[in-house]
Amino acid sequence: MKILVPVKRVIDYNVKPRVKADGSGVDLANVKMSMNPFDEIAVEEAIRIKEAGKADEIIAVSVGPAKAQETLRTALAMGADRAILVETDDTVEPLAVAKILKAIADEEQPGLIMLGKQAIDDDSNQTGQMLAALMGRPQGTFANTVEIDGGSVIVKREIDGGLETVKLTMPAIVTTDLRLNEPRYASLPNIMKAKKKQLDVKSPADFGVDTAPRLTTTNVSEPPVRQAGEKVADVDAMVAKLKALGIA
Amino acid sequence: MTENEDVTEIRRAVRALCEEFPGEYWRAKDRARDYPAEFVDALTKAGFLAALIPEEFGGSGLKLDAAAVIMEEIQASGCNGGAAHAQMYIMNTLLRYGSDAQKAEYLPRIASGELRLQAFGVSEPASGTDTLSLRTVAVRDGDDYIVNGQKIWTSRAEHSDLMLLLARTTPPEEAASKTEGLSIFLVDMREARDAGGMSIKPIRTMMNHSTTEVFFDAMRIPASSLIGEEGKGFRYILSGMNAERILIAAECVGDAKWFIEKAAAYAKDRTVFARPIGQNQGVQFPIARCYAQMRAAELMVHHAAAAYDQGGNAGEEANMAKLLASEASWAAADMCVQTFGGFGFAEEYDVERKFREARLYTVAPISTNLILSYLAEHVLGLPRSY
Repeated sequence: MKILVPVKRVIDYNVKPRVKADGSGVDLANVKMSMNPFDEIAVEEAIRIKEAGKADEIIAVSVGPAKAQETLRTALAMGADRAILVETDDTVEPLAVAKILKAIADEEQPGLIMLGKQAIDDDSNQTGQMLAALMGRPQGTFANTVEIDGGSVIVKREIDGGLETVKLTMPAIVTTDLRLNEPRYASLPNIMKAKKKQLDVKSPADFGVDTAPRLTTTNVSEPPVRQAGEKVADVDAMVAKLKALGIA
Repeated sequence: MTENEDVTEIRRAVRALCEEFPGEYWRAKDRARDYPAEFVDALTKAGFLAALIPEEFGGSGLKLDAAAVIMEEIQASGCNGGAAHAQMYIMNTLLRYGSDAQKAEYLPRIASGELRLQAFGVSEPASGTDTLSLRTVAVRDGDDYIVNGQKIWTSRAEHSDLMLLLARTTPPEEAASKTEGLSIFLVDMREARDAGGMSIKPIRTMMNHSTTEVFFDAMRIPASSLIGEEGKGFRYILSGMNAERILIAAECVGDAKWFIEKAAAYAKDRTVFARPIGQNQGVQFPIARCYAQMRAAELMVHHAAAAYDQGGNAGEEANMAKLLASEASWAAADMCVQTFGGFGFAEEYDVERKFREARLYTVAPISTNLILSYLAEHVLGLPRSY
């Protein structure tokens, strides 16, 4: 069985993002970029499934600029077997990514497609679900545990108020939540081996996908600065204050 | 893939590993003067300490410039490579001058982590930088050598299985030249300690560096532990010392980066008189100056590593890299404490610990004065001053 793992190059989770002065988006010039943390979890889970002898090949895929090759090399250094970059400098929305992934899945015929539940830059949380719909295949989102059981995959999902267990017939789409696993760091020998692994570069046009955005961003702004609080002398003053604010 | 991308990936992986060893870990180790064995194990398991070992012996076959990046990134992440750096630079002496049999016997086991090569026995109580006057002697006795003497500042001796030992095998008056008569041995410390020929006494120091005194009392070692030819040890060890200086210079650059990053972040955040202290030129200029000083040192370190990797005598470059980088890291350490003010002295900010650790490198493994003497005499042709 093959596992397809899409990975996205995003602003590093340690970086405090700054909005561009014209409000058109987040300033990414000279900012540290890394693999989306949820995708790292997906890569790790795929490697664990392979190490357990339940998968033969892990293919990492990214849609993005040439620099996304670095992200794919990270996936290869962790343990993915080969990689595909669908190179584009344009903004690619989740629907377009899902269409490209469907086209790759049609070629590669993976038994499992493992994605991060969302990317930490735009927080869309859509690609996995759209992909499942386009492919007409079952989905197990927000995975807390993943277990391969013959031709099925059992996914424990993180839902409001607890965990829900679903059994999906493969091929299936699984999106990973934070608590699924703790990703490994690449070892030096694996970094060196990753250099020799295959990395194919394609374009959206190769898959006949139109990536033109369907949405227009009108404005991006910083979150409002938290206002300073106010100190009150005693409980009575507090109650009076709350009443004045219309809260109590 | 370019060399540059390699390095980016190595940096990323070292950072990820180091994230598992945060400030609390190092503070606890520092308080207890405890060897960071878990950190060294993690580095070993991830293959970083075997970076210089050729692929056929289980390593990654990288050059010194990549090893330098690994050491730099460890320090820049707030960890302390001092617990493990010797494995990198001692390795080079074994790689360059060890016999095929010695390499085949030891390198794969060092690469796998089964054997730790962390101890380098050179300095003695009566001979520091004047290495040629060392008094530890090794006398041939049949198939063995018998070693008597003492070493000091042998760091990590209690946490190493092997030691690279420099000892006199020909008395100075009988040696062909002043620089001959010393030999290098790869000593199996476990055997030597079990047999009672070697004893180790820890020295408590200002920082957690696991340094010791080592005593040899009729220590019997097999003649097969001799590296290269008898009497040529001083020459062999010189190239190892250049590697050591370059790697330690890289660590200093990493330290400087850590101090500068900490100071800049604190100066942006800390508000006094209703504005961030970093808005004051009196605070921001020293940080900016340290940054420029660090970048200049960083260039020299890469230049020195490249010169070493080309195989010639990189003495000039290695010495200058160590000089500039150790001064850059110490300037950044001092600046960082000043920027933090009182908080710089509080343990939980890690600044005071890194400050104590950074102080070492204008002294060890060679003091700044001796580097200046080297440059004056060997590069500028000035009269020898000592």
